[in-house]
Amino acid sequence: MITTFLGLPPDASAEGFVIDHLLEIVHWFIIALFIGWAIFFFYMLWRFRAGKNPKAQYAGLKSHMSTHAEIGVVAIEVLLLLGLAIPIWAVQVKEFPTVGAIPVHAIAYQFGWQFHYPGEDGVFGRQNFRLTTGSNPIGLDWTDPASKDDVVVMNTMKAPLNKKLAIRVTSKDVIHNFSAPSFRVSKDAIPGIMNPIWFTPIRLGEYDIICGQLCGSGHGVMKGTVEVINQEDFDAFIKATKSAPAEAQLSSIP
Amino acid sequence: METNINHSNAHTSHDDQGHHEHQELKFWQKYIFSVDHKVIGIQYAITALLFLLLGFALMGYMRYQLAYPDTAAPYGFGKALTALVGQEMAPDGKMSGALYNSFGAMHGTIMVFLAIVPLAVGAFGNFVVPLQVGAGDMAFPKLNAASYWTYLPGGVIMLISFFVPGGAAKSGWTSYAPLSVISDHGPAFHPIMNGQTLWLIGMTVLIFSSLLGSVNMIVTIVQLRAKGLTWMRLPYFVWAQFVTAFLLLLAFPPLQAAGVMQLMDRIAGTSFFMPTGLVVNGQIWDHSGGGSPLLWQHLFWFLAHPEVYVLILPALGIVAEVVSNNTRKPIWGYKSMVYATLFLGVVSFTVWAHHMYLTGMGTKVSSFFQTTTIIISIPSVIILSCLVISLYGGSIRFNTPMLFAVAFMPMFGLGGLTGIPLAFNATNIVLHDTYYVIGHFHYIVAPGTIFAMFAGIYYWYPKATGRKMSEFLGKLHFWPSLILMNGIFMPMFFQGLAGVHRRWHTGGVVNGEALFEVTKHALHWNSFMSWSAWLLAVAQIPFIINFFWAWKRGEKVGDNPWEATTLEWNTPTPPPHGNFLKEPIVYRGPYEYSVPGEDKDFTPSWEEPKKSKTDLVNL
Amino acid sequence: MDIPYTVNNRPDTGLYNAKLGMWLFLASEVMLFGGLFSAYIFLRLGADDGMWPHQILDVKPAFINTMILIISSVTIVQSWAAVKMGNLKKFKLYMGMTILLASAFVGIKSYEYYTKVHHYGLITNTRIQVTGYLDQDKTNDQVVAIIPDKHQAFESGKKFMETKLEAGAVSAGHHEPILFQRSDLVWFSNFMPRYNTFFAIYFTMTALHALHVIGAIVVLAYFWGPGSKMFHTNRAQFANRIEVVGLFWHFVELVWIFLFPVLYLL
Ligand code: HEA
Ligand code: HEA
Ligand code: CUA
Ligand SMILES: [Cu+2]
Repeated sequence: MITTFLGLPPDASAEGFVIDHLLEIVHWFIIALFIGWAIFFFYMLWRFRAGKNPKAQYAGLKSHMSTHAEIGVVAIEVLLLLGLAIPIWAVQVKEFPTVGAIPVHAIAYQFGWQFHYPGEDGVFGRQNFRLTTGSNPIGLDWTDPASKDDVVVMNTMKAPLNKKLAIRVTSKDVIHNFSAPSFRVSKDAIPGIMNPIWFTPIRLGEYDIICGQLCGSGHGVMKGTVEVINQEDFDAFIKATKSAPAEAQLSSIP
Repeated sequence: METNINHSNAHTSHDDQGHHEHQELKFWQKYIFSVDHKVIGIQYAITALLFLLLGFALMGYMRYQLAYPDTAAPYGFGKALTALVGQEMAPDGKMSGALYNSFGAMHGTIMVFLAIVPLAVGAFGNFVVPLQVGAGDMAFPKLNAASYWTYLPGGVIMLISFFVPGGAAKSGWTSYAPLSVISDHGPAFHPIMNGQTLWLIGMTVLIFSSLLGSVNMIVTIVQLRAKGLTWMRLPYFVWAQFVTAFLLLLAFPPLQAAGVMQLMDRIAGTSFFMPTGLVVNGQIWDHSGGGSPLLWQHLFWFLAHPEVYVLILPALGIVAEVVSNNTRKPIWGYKSMVYATLFLGVVSFTVWAHHMYLTGMGTKVSSFFQTTTIIISIPSVIILSCLVISLYGGSIRFNTPMLFAVAFMPMFGLGGLTGIPLAFNATNIVLHDTYYVIGHFHYIVAPGTIFAMFAGIYYWYPKATGRKMSEFLGKLHFWPSLILMNGIFMPMFFQGLAGVHRRWHTGGVVNGEALFEVTKHALHWNSFMSWSAWLLAVAQIPFIINFFWAWKRGEKVGDNPWEATTLEWNTPTPPPHGNFLKEPIVYRGPYEYSVPGEDKDFTPSWEEPKKSKTDLVNL
Repeated sequence: MDIPYTVNNRPDTGLYNAKLGMWLFLASEVMLFGGLFSAYIFLRLGADDGMWPHQILDVKPAFINTMILIISSVTIVQSWAAVKMGNLKKFKLYMGMTILLASAFVGIKSYEYYTKVHHYGLITNTRIQVTGYLDQDKTNDQVVAIIPDKHQAFESGKKFMETKLEAGAVSAGHHEPILFQRSDLVWFSNFMPRYNTFFAIYFTMTALHALHVIGAIVVLAYFWGPGSKMFHTNRAQFANRIEVVGLFWHFVELVWIFLFPVLYLL
C-alpha cells in the first residue's frame, strides 16, 4: 500500500476502504507517470547536452508517442472519474441513512464541538438560537417536549460500534470542518447549513476530530474526539446524560 | 562572439541615439514617474522582489513557530518580532495564534497578489512583451504608469495593516466569511484601521491596478505587433501573457464585487455573507442575517482559480523562451501549446468549485466540477509534454537561466500531478485542507514559478542592464535552492496524508505532545522543513549579491548575448526610450534555431531572408 | 518609435487602440456587475420564506430615470455626430444636454436614497414583518410606533394588516401608528443596507452604478469644457475620444436597463 507507506492512517470505518482504494490507484498512477516522465526527461538532458550533441536538430522528435501517452493519461483519468470518483460521491450523498442509524448533530463553535443526540425518543428538540445561554449552548427550546430527553455533550462524541452514524454538521459562528481522517470523512460545518455525513465505526477506541477549516486564533487547538464504545455502554450513556434543566428551573426560562 | 551580423549592433555604442528624443528628462521623470514600459517593468520587478522577500520573511517566522512551537526565536529575532507587532500579538517574542494566522494570510496575499503576479505580469510582461512584439512602448504608456502607481499604494496599504491594532488580516488569503467579517470586531473596533478592512481596501486597489495593466497588455499585443508578426509567429511568452491578461481582466472583477460586499458587511453592517442565527462567543450577532457564506466562496474561487493560472502561464512562457534558446532548436509543438493555452484559459473559468467539494455538494454539481478539473489538466499535460519533448534533438547549454528553466519542469510536474488526487472529490475528502494541498501548489508556485522567474531574470538581465549576471554565483544560487525547495515541500505530502492540517499555529504539537494521534508519526518533519526554509533564505544571498553586483560590475555584453531569435534582441542594449532604432519587420516564426542550410545556428526573426522571396508572403 | 493606431484603425483589426481598450474595459465591467447580479440571484434564492420584499421600491422615480438615460443615449450620439460633422456648437449643445440629463439622474437617485432613510421596517419575534414610517412622538426606548404602509412588501405584513383592519384596530387609510414593544422585536431598522439582503444589494448595486454615472459626468464635463480645445487641434482624435466615452456611457445605461426591472419590478 503506497498511501500507507506515505503516511495515511489505518481505516477505522466500514466505508473508508473505497476511498483508500481510489487514493491508492491515483497515487500509483501519478507516481508511474512521474517516473516515466522523469526517466525520459533525464535521458534527454544527458543525451542532448551540448558537449555530446553540438549540433541541434531543427525538426526534433518525429514520433507521435507523446500523443499516445497523452491519450493514455486522459483515458485513465476518465476511467477513474467515471468508474470510481463519481460513484463514491453519489453513494455518500444519496445513502445518508435515515433508519437504523444513530442520528447526531455535530455543532461547531470557536473552538470546540457540541454533540446533540435526540435521546431516547429519537426526535431532536426544537432549537432557537435566541435561547442560547451558557447552560443551553445550542439554544434548545425546553418547551418542546421532544427536547426534554435530548443529550448535549462537549467535544467527545460517543458512538456505538458497528452502527451507522448519521451526522449533521453545522456551526454556530464561523465555518469549521469536521474532519475525522481515521473514518475517511470530512465536511464543512457552515452556519445555517446542516451538512450530512455518515459512516460506520468498526473498531473500538478514540479517534480524532480535526477542525479542517481556519476558524480563528484557536483553530490549531480545536480538537474533538470520537469515542467508539459498545452498544450497551452507548445506551447507558444516553440514558444517564440529562441535559435539560430541572423542572423548577424550566419555568423561569422565557 | 561571432554574432554581430545583425545591423542593429552597429548602434551598440550609444553615442548617436536618444538625440531625436524629446528634451532631457529630469531624474524623476526618467526613473520615478516614467512612462517608459522598461522603467515601469523594472520598478515592478524590484518592488515585487522586495515583496517576495517579505513574504518569505513572514514564512521564516511561521516556520519557526511550526518547528519550535511557543518558543521565542533566538538571536534577537523573537525580540525584533515583539518590537514590530507588539507584546499582545507576540508575547515575549513568541507567536500568538492570531499573529500566526495573520502572517499566514499575509504570506498568501503578498506572495500571490504583491509578489508573483506583479513580477510575472507587471515586470516581465511589461518589460518583454512590447519588445517581443516590436512596439515602441505599451499602447497606453500613461495608463501603464498609473497601473504601477496604484499597485504600490495597494501594497503600502497591506503593509500598514500589519501595524494597526489587532494586526493584519488573519482569515487566510481566502478571507472566508463569516470569520473574515467578524474578525477584529471588538470594543476598540475602528471601522477602517483594522486588518481585514485594510486588506479589502488594499485588494480593491490592487484589482484596479491589474485591470489597467491587463487592458494595456491586450491592446499592445493586438494592436502594436510589428509588421509581419502574425499571430502564429508570436513568441509563446507573448501568448502566455495574452491569455494571462484575459484571465486577470475577466476573473478579477467578481472578486472586486465580492470585496465591496464584504466591505459593506464589515462597515455598513449588511449580511451579504452572514447567515441568520449567528452566535459568536455566546452572543447573538447583531445583524439581519439572510446572507450566504458560500456566496463569498463562489465569488472568491471564481477569481482565484483563474488566478492560479495567472501564476503559472507567464512562468511557462519564460521557460519556453529559455528552453528554445538553450536547446538551440524550435519549441516542439508550438501550435498545440498555443491552442492548449487558449483552451486552458477558457476552461479555467469553469473549475472553481473544486476548492469547495466539502461544503456539501450534491452529486451533479460535484461531478461537473470534477470533470472540468480533469479536463483542465489535459492542456497542462500537453504544454509540459511539449516543453520536455523540446529537449529532444537539442544541443543543450546548461547556463543559469537554462538550469532554472529545466528544473521548473519536474517541479511543475510534481505539483500538477498531485493536483489530480485533489481533483477527485472522493480522495479530496482525505486531503482537503491538509499540507498535501500546500505541497501541491507550492511545488507549482515555488520551485515552479519562482524558478521560472529566476530563469527570466538571468535571461533578460543583460537586455535590461547591458551586463550579464555571474554564472558562478548563479549556479551557487541554483543547486542549493533546488535541493532545499524539495526539502521544504516534499514532506508536506507525507504530512498531508497523515492528516496534518494547514493553518495550525501549533504545528500540531501542544505542550510537547502531538495534539492528534493520527498525525504523530509525521510531525518530526516540521523542523526538517523549517531548516530547509531558513537555509533556502541563505541560498538566496548569492542571487541578491549577483543582482546588484552585476548591475555595475557584470560582464558587458552586446545586443544579442544569447544568440536568440526573438525581437527583443534586435534593440540596442539597454533599449532606449522607444526601443527600436528602426521599425522592425518580422520574416519568420519566433524560434528559428539550427535551421538546416543556414550558416549560423540561429536565424533571427527580423533578419531579411537571403534566399527566396517566398518567405515574404506573409508580410 | 511612436505608438501607432492612436487615431487611425489598424487595418487587420479595424480598431484604434482606445476603442479596443474601452471594449476590454467594458468586458471587465460586465464581469463586475455580473458578479453582483449573480450575488443578487444567490441571495434571492437563498432568502428565508417571506423575507424577500416584492416591489418595495417606488417605481416612479426609477421610471423617470430610465427615460432620462434613454434620452441621453440619443444626445450623446448626436454630440459625436456633431464632432464628425465639424459643428462645435452643436456638439456643445448635445454634450451639455447629456451632462444635464446625467446630473438629473444622480439627483433623482439621491432623492430616492433620501426617502429610504425615513422608511422603516420591523420584524417581530413571531416573524411578522411590517414596513412603514415612524411616528417620532410616540416612539421611545420601549415602544416603536409605526404608521404602516398601505402596500406591505412582505407577505406576513400584509396578513398582519388584514387582521388589524378586520379587528378595527386601524382604519383603511391607516394613518394612526401601530405600537410595538421593542422587546417583542427581533429586528428594527430604517431601509439602509443593513435592513436586509435586498437593501444591501440594492444599495450596493445602485451606488456602484451611480459612481459610474458620476465618473462619466466628470469625463463628459471635461470634454465639454477644457477638453474641447482638441476639436481644433486634432479633430479626428477628439471624435475618437467622444466615441469612446460614448461607449462607456451606453454601457452605464445598459446596466441601468438591467437594474431597473431586477430591483424595482421583480
Ligand atoms: C499556479 C498554481 C496552480 C496550478 C497550476 C494548479 C493546478 C491544478 N490544481 Fe491546484 N491549487 C493551487 C494552485 C495551483 N493549482 C492553489 C494555490 C491551491 C490552494 C488554494 C488554497 O486553498 O489556499 C490549489 C488547490 C487545488 C485544489 C483544492 C484542494 C483543496 O483545498 O481541497 C484542487 C482540487 O481539485 C486542485 C487541483 C488542481 C489541478 C487538477 C491542477 C491541474 O491544472 C494540474 C495539471 C498539471 C499536470 C497534470 C501535470 C502534468 C505533468 C506531467 C504529466 C509530467 C510531469 C513530469 C515531468 C516533466 C518529469 N488544486
Ligand atoms: C505564489 C505564491 C506563493 C509562494 C511563492 C510561496 C512560497 C513559499 N511558501 Fe507559501 N503559501 C501561499 C503562496 C505562496 N507561497 C499561499 C497562498 C498559502 C496559503 C495561505 C493561507 O493559508 O491562507 C501559503 C501557505 C504556506 C504555508 C502553510 C502555512 C499554514 O498553513 O500554516 C507554508 C508552510 O511552510 C508556506 C511556505 C512557503 C515557503 C517556504 C515558500 C518559499 O518557497 C519562498 C521562497 C522565496 C524565495 C526563495 C524568495 C526569493 C526572493 C529573493 C531572492 C528576493 C531578492 C530581492 C531583491 C533582489 C531585491 N506557505
Ligand atoms: Cu474550527 Cu478551525
Ligand atoms: Cu483551483
